[in-house]
Amino acid sequence: MNRERDLEALRRMLRIRRFEEAAMDIVRKGQGIAGSVHVCIGQEAAVVGSCLALRADDYMVGYHRSHGHPIAKGAALGPLMAELMGRRTGVCHGKGGSMHLADFSVGSLGETAIVGAGIPQAVGAAYSARVRGTDQVALAFFGDGAANIGSFHEGLNLAAAWGLGAVFVCENNLYAMSTALADTMASESVAARAAAYRMPGVIVDGQDVDAVYDVVSAAVERGRAGGGPTLVEARTYRYRDHAEYGNMDLSHRPAEEVEHWRSRDPVELLHARLLADGISETELAALAETVAEEVRAAVRFAKQSPQPAPEELFEDLWATPIETTPAMPAPPMPSPPGPVPVAAVPAGGAR
Amino acid sequence: MRTMSYREALRVAMLEEMRRDPSVVVFCEDGRFWTMPTNGFVDEFGPDRVPVMPISEEGFTGAAIGAAMTGLRPIVDYTIANLMYVAWDQIVNHAAKNRYLFGGQASVPIVFRAAMKYANATAAQHSDRPYPQLMNVPGLKIVVPSTPADALGLLKSAIRDDDPVVFFEPLRLWGVKGEVPDGDHLVPIGRAAVAREGEDVTVVAIGDAVPAALRAAAGLAERGVGLEVIDPRTLVPLDKAAILASVAKTGRLVIADPAHRTCGAAAEIAAIVAEEGFAFLRAPIVRVVAPDVHPPFSPALERLMYPTPERIAAAAAALVRGAAPAADPAPPATAATDTAARDTTKELVGG
Ligand SMILES: Cc1ncc(C[n+]2csc(CCOP(=O)(O)OP(=O)(O)O)c2C)c(N)n1
Ligand SMILES: [Mg+2]
Repeated sequence: MNRERDLEALRRMLRIRRFEEAAMDIVRKGQGIAGSVHVCIGQEAAVVGSCLALRADDYMVGYHRSHGHPIAKGAALGPLMAELMGRRTGVCHGKGGSMHLADFSVGSLGETAIVGAGIPQAVGAAYSARVRGTDQVALAFFGDGAANIGSFHEGLNLAAAWGLGAVFVCENNLYAMSTALADTMASESVAARAAAYRMPGVIVDGQDVDAVYDVVSAAVERGRAGGGPTLVEARTYRYRDHAEYGNMDLSHRPAEEVEHWRSRDPVELLHARLLADGISETELAALAETVAEEVRAAVRFAKQSPQPAPEELFEDLWATPIETTPAMPAPPMPSPPGPVPVAAVPAGGAR
Repeated sequence: MRTMSYREALRVAMLEEMRRDPSVVVFCEDGRFWTMPTNGFVDEFGPDRVPVMPISEEGFTGAAIGAAMTGLRPIVDYTIANLMYVAWDQIVNHAAKNRYLFGGQASVPIVFRAAMKYANATAAQHSDRPYPQLMNVPGLKIVVPSTPADALGLLKSAIRDDDPVVFFEPLRLWGVKGEVPDGDHLVPIGRAAVAREGEDVTVVAIGDAVPAALRAAAGLAERGVGLEVIDPRTLVPLDKAAILASVAKTGRLVIADPAHRTCGAAAEIAAIVAEEGFAFLRAPIVRVVAPDVHPPFSPALERLMYPTPERIAAAAAALVRGAAPAADPAPPATAATDTAARDTTKELVGG
């Protein structure tokens, strides 16, 4: 273990957990987060261990359960929370919301609500680094459910055939919504599929941030050195149901299973390890309080931010604005008979 | 001026842009094969910029998106327009939306090339004209050039454009030769061309309906009827002003389009003219389009599908006579040649 890195890991894992708890609180109280919210509480070590293995200029692509990924990559919390609340100060100007956080300033290339679709995009980012002559690598996060969709297989095959610096991190939390992976996948593990693409496939304890860091670091170094891609399967667990439905009932899962995983909480495991390494409770409490205040500030920022203005509806669609020949003066309307409709529509109304 | 085929114009456009800009890359299955316009490119630009492509449309389209968001300008050649459907999620859900979803943090500068093999006895799975489907997706620019000069100038503009551009090529125009201006020939996206001036009827023609409309115009000119042929060249953005200006002059509108009738480009153009140019119209708008049935294999049947000079001439002539048909008459099964077209014209106009 590396004390400085573990302290940073704890800081980022706590940021994710407090951030998502705050989001859940806003959802519960009806204070302004609309739509679906998928939290990754329980999976923070897999998320943070992977991102700490990346350089600031490396790329990362997420999926629908991805508040944690940009946070772990170093994104500012305020614009992320404002995005969840659909505010104009949101990192995506309120156009993406919870399932489409992206912060290109930290190499977070965004999240997709289409299971698996981000995987080939990360491959493309790794390809781009090669063509541009940089040694950046690209990491794709995805769930176990994504291991059965075509874009997973096409993405892995492309990366392997082209020998790209891509790292594929499957956060295997055992379920896709209500469906157990064991019922939908015949192979013994997700990692076993790496063999078909002649890349290393590694299973790692996703609750142990150091273990994840070590495995992903080796994959990142291999990719950076031109050794090709790696598939990592982090075994982990989510404490909440698929999304914040309002009624969290996990009774469809075996109680012993829930017990087992909660006894291996990634934040508590790391906390205990740091204590054993001689960091004081006071120091850890101070770190936790700093993070809590960061999250409170992010919530204040988001709640105080203005809603987007109606004209922002059309912003961000085109990079090069659409341009045509100048409009003709409107032709005179034919004289009656005929309804007299057009002028009655208020200017600036919904288009 | 130089003379070159449409196909050669595509090749020259890609060559010139790849020489000008090292971030331009080509994704094309069998792109190094002697039948492809990119044949030989690998010798000049190397295997990274002209990679060997697996048959993996969804995967390599996703990779192109990841590459485009990180500094490259991929040209993705589907070789057959129908193969785009395999990558539909990446094109529609990601290429078109990522910029908007991410609040303008990244653009997706890709050119999707799609050769349309209709009228070529390849049956329904190789013969689609899918541009109307994509006109329904905000965020994509859509280009359908009809001459070598426009193919060259618009492909170069598309490659330089920061938005995703879908570039549709009627394959039966690939062999057609035409004059092309010397030098760095660029045609702006969003400007229609007046392919022929005339006073009596506006024919808005798309793709290879343009040469068909020009032949109809030549035939009708002998009868004293003047067709003005407008080639929109780009469907998104659509040069509404140019179309309305022509209809303001002629008062009559025929729209010729080889795509299906329902919700097609012709339907959209008709709606725009009905909404914004109603006062100009002296007769109902007529669409000369493909019927809502799949392209059949049998050439004897497929011949009935697409706008021909005789169908366009018949529609225009009927409008001038004031005997406006409610719609395009049934495809003239017996009038498959130019001679027959002139006979039909004689009957309709002279009679
Ligand atoms: C292609 C696709 N199919 C189905 C869905 C609906 N859906 C959203 S998340 C999800 C489960 C995904 O499970 P997993 O990949 O294991 O991720 P987790 O939610 O467990 O983090 C499903 C079925 C979708 N968004 N995209
Ligand atoms: Mg899962």
